[in-house]
Parts: sequence; C-alpha cells; structure tokens
Amino acid sequence: MPEMNAESLSIPLTQGMLLAGVLFAFGLIGLLVRRNLIFMLMSVEIMLNAAGLAFIVAGAHWGQADGQVMFLFILTLAAAEVSVGLALVLQLYRHFQTLDADAMSRLWG
Amino acid sequence: MTGAFYLASLVAAVSTGLVITSLNAVHALLYLIVSFLAVAVVFFILGAPFIAMLEIIIYAGAIMVLFVFVVMMLNLGRRAIEQEAGWLTPKIWIGPSILSATLLGELLYLFGSGILSQAGGITVQAPKQVSVVLLGPYLVGVELASMLLLPGLVGAYHVGRQLKSEDA
Amino acid sequence: MLNLLWLVPTLPLLGFLALAVAGGWFSRKTIALIGVGSVGLSLAVAGLVGSAFIGLSGTADRSYDQVLWTWLQVSGFGPAIGFHLDPLSLVMMLVITLVGFLIHLYSVEYMIEDEGYRRFFAYMNLFVVAMLTLVLADNLLLLYLGWEGVGLCSYLLIGFWYRDPANGAAAQKAFIVTRLGDVALAIGLFLLFTHLGTFNIQDLMTRATEQWPVGSSLAAIAAFLLLGGAVGKSAQLPLQTWLPDAMAGPTPVSALIHAATMVTAGMYLIARTHVLYSLAPIAQTAVAMIGAGTLLLAACSALVQRDIKRVLAYSTISQIGYMFLALGVGAWGAALFHFTTHAFFKALLFLAAGAVIQSLHEEHDIYRMGGLRQALPVTFWTFLIGAASLAGFPLVTAGFYSKDWILWEAWASPLGSPWLWGVGVIGAFLTALYSFRLVFNVFFGEAKAEVGSRPGLMVEGPLIVLAAGSLIAGFLEVPRVLGDVSLFSKFVSPVLPSFEATASITTESALQIITMLAALLGIAVAYVLFLRRPALVTAMTETAWGSTLSRFWIEGWGFDRLYDTWFVRPFLWVAQANKDDLIDRVYEGLAWLIRQFFAVLHRTQTGQVRWYAAVLAAGSVVIVALVVLS
Repeated sequence: MPEMNAESLSIPLTQGMLLAGVLFAFGLIGLLVRRNLIFMLMSVEIMLNAAGLAFIVAGAHWGQADGQVMFLFILTLAAAEVSVGLALVLQLYRHFQTLDADAMSRLWG
Repeated sequence: MTGAFYLASLVAAVSTGLVITSLNAVHALLYLIVSFLAVAVVFFILGAPFIAMLEIIIYAGAIMVLFVFVVMMLNLGRRAIEQEAGWLTPKIWIGPSILSATLLGELLYLFGSGILSQAGGITVQAPKQVSVVLLGPYLVGVELASMLLLPGLVGAYHVGRQLKSEDA
Repeated sequence: MLNLLWLVPTLPLLGFLALAVAGGWFSRKTIALIGVGSVGLSLAVAGLVGSAFIGLSGTADRSYDQVLWTWLQVSGFGPAIGFHLDPLSLVMMLVITLVGFLIHLYSVEYMIEDEGYRRFFAYMNLFVVAMLTLVLADNLLLLYLGWEGVGLCSYLLIGFWYRDPANGAAAQKAFIVTRLGDVALAIGLFLLFTHLGTFNIQDLMTRATEQWPVGSSLAAIAAFLLLGGAVGKSAQLPLQTWLPDAMAGPTPVSALIHAATMVTAGMYLIARTHVLYSLAPIAQTAVAMIGAGTLLLAACSALVQRDIKRVLAYSTISQIGYMFLALGVGAWGAALFHFTTHAFFKALLFLAAGAVIQSLHEEHDIYRMGGLRQALPVTFWTFLIGAASLAGFPLVTAGFYSKDWILWEAWASPLGSPWLWGVGVIGAFLTALYSFRLVFNVFFGEAKAEVGSRPGLMVEGPLIVLAAGSLIAGFLEVPRVLGDVSLFSKFVSPVLPSFEATASITTESALQIITMLAALLGIAVAYVLFLRRPALVTAMTETAWGSTLSRFWIEGWGFDRLYDTWFVRPFLWVAQANKDDLIDRVYEGLAWLIRQFFAVLHRTQTGQVRWYAAVLAAGSVVIVALVVLS
C-alpha cells in the first residue's frame, strides 16, 4: 500500500461528483434512448456504478469507510439485479423473438 | 495523482458515451469494461483500493461475463445491428439528453453550492477498516444483502430455465 | 325477606337463558317445567317480598330500595341497576307474576302442539323479565330498558307464527307504531335529565316539585312527551291502531301482553310520574280527554267486530281508556285498581276465548259459534264471570267496583266533570252491550260448529283461578255506601295520593245507581238484540246508515285508512321517488369525476418501460429542482 499524504490527494470533491453525475446522466440517456433490452440493462449498470462512485467520493471526502460499505451493497444489488434481469431477457427473447422493449407493452393500462 | 484522476475520468466518460451509442452489443460491452476499469482507477486514487479490486473482479469480470454469455446465446448478429441502426435516429436523442442534462445541471449546482465545499484530505480506507464497519454496524445490511442474493440466484435459475412447453 | 327482591326478575331471566341457550336438548316436559317453574318461583318470591313489605311498619313513606350495581359511570351520570319497591310497584309486580304464572300454566297445554314450544316459553319468560324490570326500576333509564324489552317481546310474539306474512306485518305494525311513542318517551327522558340532572325517579319527582312551579311549560312538555310514550304503549288515541292487529299472536300472548300487563305500562308510567302531571294540569287534562275519547271509540268498534279476539282487543283499548280517564282526573289509585281487576278479567276472557277457539279448530268468528254452554261448561261459566266483570255487573264483580270508583272520581274529583262522567257511563253501557254480545253469540243459541277437543285441566285451572280473582278482587275497595272498605286506597295512598271527596254521599249513591243501571241496561239490550231478536240487528245494519256506520266501526273508525293515506302512502311515495337515492347522486358524481381523472391519467400508462423510466427521471428532476430552488 503506497504511502499517500493529504496534499498529494487534494482532488476536489466536486470533480469526483461531476464524474459520477456525468456517468449517471449517460446511463439515463442510454436507458431512455435504447430499445434493446441488453443495452437498457447495461445502462442500468452504468447508473448503479455511478451511484456507487458517488458513495466512494463522499466516503473519501469524509474519511469514512461507510461509503465503501454502501458500494458493496450496491454491488450486491447490481449482481442480483443483472442475474435476474438477464434471465428475464432470455425468457422474453424466447417468447417474443425480439429484444425490442417497446414491443413488450402488454402492461398497458 | 491529480492528472491520473482527470485522465481516468475522461476515459470513463468517453467509453461510457460509446457504450450507449454503439450499435453492436459486443462492442458496447467492451467499452463498458473499459469504463469500469477507468472507474476502478478513480476508486484507487480516491483511497479505496479494495473497492477498486472488487470493481474489476465483479463488475468488469463477473457481471460483464454474464452479459457476454447472454449476447452469445442470443446470437444477435448483423440483423440486430441493422435494427439498432434503424432505432437510433438523431431525433431520439433530443428528449433524453435534455432531461439528463437538466438533472446533471441541477446536481452540479448542488455540488457547487457549498454543501460539499469543505475540501478535506483524502485518507486511504484499508480493506480492514471497511470490513470492521461492514461486519459491525452494517451487519444487518450484510444479512439483507445475502437474503437478496439468494432469491436472485433462485430467481435467475427459475426464470431462465427452458420451459418444455415453450419448445413446442 | 325484602332483599330477595332481585330474585323476582332474575328467576325468569334464568329461565329464558336456559331455554334460549340449552333448550334444544330439553324435552317438552322439561321446557314447560323451566318456563312455568321460573315464573312460578318468581311469583312465590314476589309473594314473600309482598308479605314482608306489608308487614313493614306503616310509616308515611313506605318504600324499599335495592341497588344491585351501578350501570355505568360517566361524570355525573351514573344510572344504577336498582329496584324500587313501593305500593305501586308491588301491586304491579304481584299482578304480573300471578297473571303471568297462570298464563304460562295455561300455555303448557294450549301450545303443546306447536313446534315453537321452546321459543314460545323463552319469549314469554323474557317478557316477564322485561315487564318486571319496567315496574321495579328505580330510574327512568332502567324503566326504558324494560319498556323496550316488552316492546321487543311483543314484536317477537305477535309474529310468533312468522310463516304467515300477515303475522309478520302485524308485528311490524305494532313495533313501528309503538316506536313513535317510544321516541317521544326517549326525548322526554333526555329533557328530564338535562333539566333535573338525574334519572332516579324519586329524586326526579322531588326536584321537579322544587324547580318547576305548577303550570310551568317545561313540566308540561316533559309530561306530554311521557304521555306520548304511554299512548303508544297502551294503544290509546291516536296510536291505538296496532293493538287489534296484534291479535295475530297466540292467544296466551294476547292475554298476557296485549291485555293484562304490557299495554298497561303507559298507565304505570303516568302513575309513576304523577307528580309531573300535577305540575302540568294541561297535560293531565289531555290524559283525561284521551282516555275518554279512546274508551268511547274502542267500545263502538268492539260492538261490531266479528273476530272474538278483536272484540276483546278493542275492549282492552277501551278499558285502558278508563284507566287513562282515571289518571286524567287525578284518581291514581282508581287507575291502579282498575288495572288490577282488568288484568284478572281480561286475561280470563282471552284465555277462555282461546279455549273456545281451540275447541272449534281455530274458529275466530263469533257468528259461527254458538250453543257452547253445554259443551264447554267450565269455559262458559268462567267466560260469563269475566264478561260480567268487564261489563261491571253490580255488586258481585270486581269490574263493577273498579269502574265505579273511576266514574265516581271522574265526577267528584277537582279535575273531573260531569262530561267525563257521562262519557264513562255511556262507555259502561257499551261495554256491557258488547261483552254480553259475545256471551250470547258464543255460548247461547244453536250450535253452529262442531266441538273438537275439550280443554284439559291445565287450561281450566287457570281459568277458575282467574275467575275467582275477577270476583273477589273488587272487595278490596268498596264504596262508602256499600260497605266502605278502603284497603286498596289506604295501601297505595303513600305513593298515589287521593283527595277528599267533595260531593255528598247522596250524590255518590245516585251516581252508583246510574252506573249499575247502565250496565244492566247494556246486558238487557244485548239479550234482546243478540239472543231474542237477532233480526233487529240485521235490520239495523242493513239500512244505508247502519251499514256505513258498522263498516266504519269495524275498521276502527278508519284510523288505519287515515294513517295509510296520510303517512304510509306519502312515505312510500317518497321512498319510491327517492329509489335512486338523491344523496347517492353525489357519490355517483364523485365516481364520475374520478373516472374522468382516470381517463386522463390512464393515457400515461403506455406499457412501455422506457416511458415509465422517463417519467421517473422527470420526477426526480422536479424533486431535485425543488431542492435547488428552495
């Protein structure tokens, strides 16, 4: 573990949050634009990752390990979500023979 | 180190942008892995080496492998890329972009408005510290996470299995 | 001995509970044993309590209070479950238990064929409980409980043979009409409590005298409201229409509830609160007017009915009219005395009529009866005694003494007048006429129907006891000229004050002779009209005038039709018009409004996941914007 002192790591918090925000926005755009379910799931992964980044940044800023703990939880969530989500994608593809999310609009009220 | 941070951030942002714009799913996955790796670097710089490792192992490794499997199983091929090209007209980007830009702008405004302005030094949070916190005050959270993972496993198995009746 | 008082209502209550809960496992014999035994024990205890009470030293204010527990306690409002025994409630209690016991005994044989045997005795026991609660209650709230309890039992027993819709309709009519009076009574109770701050009857009366001067409007309003309840329960004008229809119930029910006890609850209520009426002379005058009016109206209707039980029902209304007349002129003791004798002879008449009806296979029409004198000797003689007592046959019957007392007071009391007396005498004539119309039509002449079964010992026993009561009960109070016995009036005087007679003995004797003559004349006319010259009656009813009048009287002076046109039909019309419930429209409008909202909102439900995600994102944009802008 390299020794790091405070001066060498004076990255302003705003920059870290900016990166998290940009990644989140990209994920959101992707989610809204893409109609392919695989891409939508990827976008969700991007958004989750961005949220985890925000936690890490905040944890680093306050010098608390809690941020990393939260990231671990998000990681767990992402793993569970993606496994179920991909299983659903498989099943939907078998059923509809397409990955077009807009084709699956039976939830219409 | 500051330079490395900005470089990694740039790589992460650009590769993420490429993920959401690429037509080919495999290309998108590769860009996504790059993005995750860049974010892992950022984590390392922010003093979270343990998380950086997990990011690489689980996100870039395990989760992405799942995606790759699924893409390969579905065997999307050229037809899917053409379909994607047909869907991704320039017009479709306008709405989501405005929405996301607004959200981003608001967030930036909040970050810049002073609530996070106290620039403090970054200290390394070693895996040991994380573990102490994780298995101390957050023990219930760990239990909940395990309870989430088990149904995730069972659910994935159950939903993903090939139904005999649908084969016919 | 006096502290056994609580057992008097409790024993029938236990009987009711046993029959209601576990009666299904009992044989008919056990059911009868519990049903009759509980009332019989109650009578025995009542007798013990009564003798102990009479044995109390004769102080001016003789009464005994037994508070069992506090019903409920809300700041300043704490009605007790408590009993108040004084001469008035003692007389009521003894009559109720005695007559009730005899009627229960009679029912053992009378109802033996009925499939609802257990139900019948359970209801009858419950009725006795409620009636005893009514008369023994030391506060108006408990009295009201008993009041509603007897109303409930009356409803249940009128509709006892519920398979016939007509019986159900009669039960409902009785319940709804008496309910009108009950509402007035309830409002009266609220008024008394609001102004006098207690429900305890004795305290109420004391405070009323202290706080309200004679003629105060509050006292009058309270008295009128209580009168409303009494009028409904006792089937007086203008709420008398339910009683003739109430004859749909089994005959023992008619005897117990709709003749001897429950219908006199109104009389009891007014006697119990007589202080209030003394404070409100106008209300008391109204009581007298109602009594006088009712007794004439009902007597006329009784004259033309064909159904033997309806005749007796109208005669009950008429006799309670006498009691109200007595109350109205301040002759509280006379009213109670007439209640006592009436309970005997009217229960007797009903039970004897029941025996006749059963012997003739449920024949109710007196014109299809006749000549039963030889076939049913015990029934005949007891019925004759009952009818004579009802008619006020001079000197030997109880009815004569009680009615004579009332008429004398109607004349001589400060509140009385020759007019009221005159109405009473005409009523006495009519009473004799219709009661002997029954006797002559049913027991004399030629036999028109075959006698089936003959009443057994269990039926005839109570008849004989009641017949004896109808004769000797009168000797408790004999007017000055005829022997001057005043056991009854002396006994009740602590609670029901009497006044000094203002008229001379000569007047009294003259009036008595007129009363006697009226009764005898009635009997004589009945003899001529219904036995010797039935053609005369036919001729009379066949004239245009006569047939109209008789039809008018048969229908009970058209009150039913009047109420039907004035109240029932408008109400039905309103109900019909409001079938779709106007208030409902408001809710329908609300539902319509929500549907419109839904129509707008449901367009957002596209089923597209991306659209939902976009809305979610837009929502978070708005929320963050709120944070930013705040």
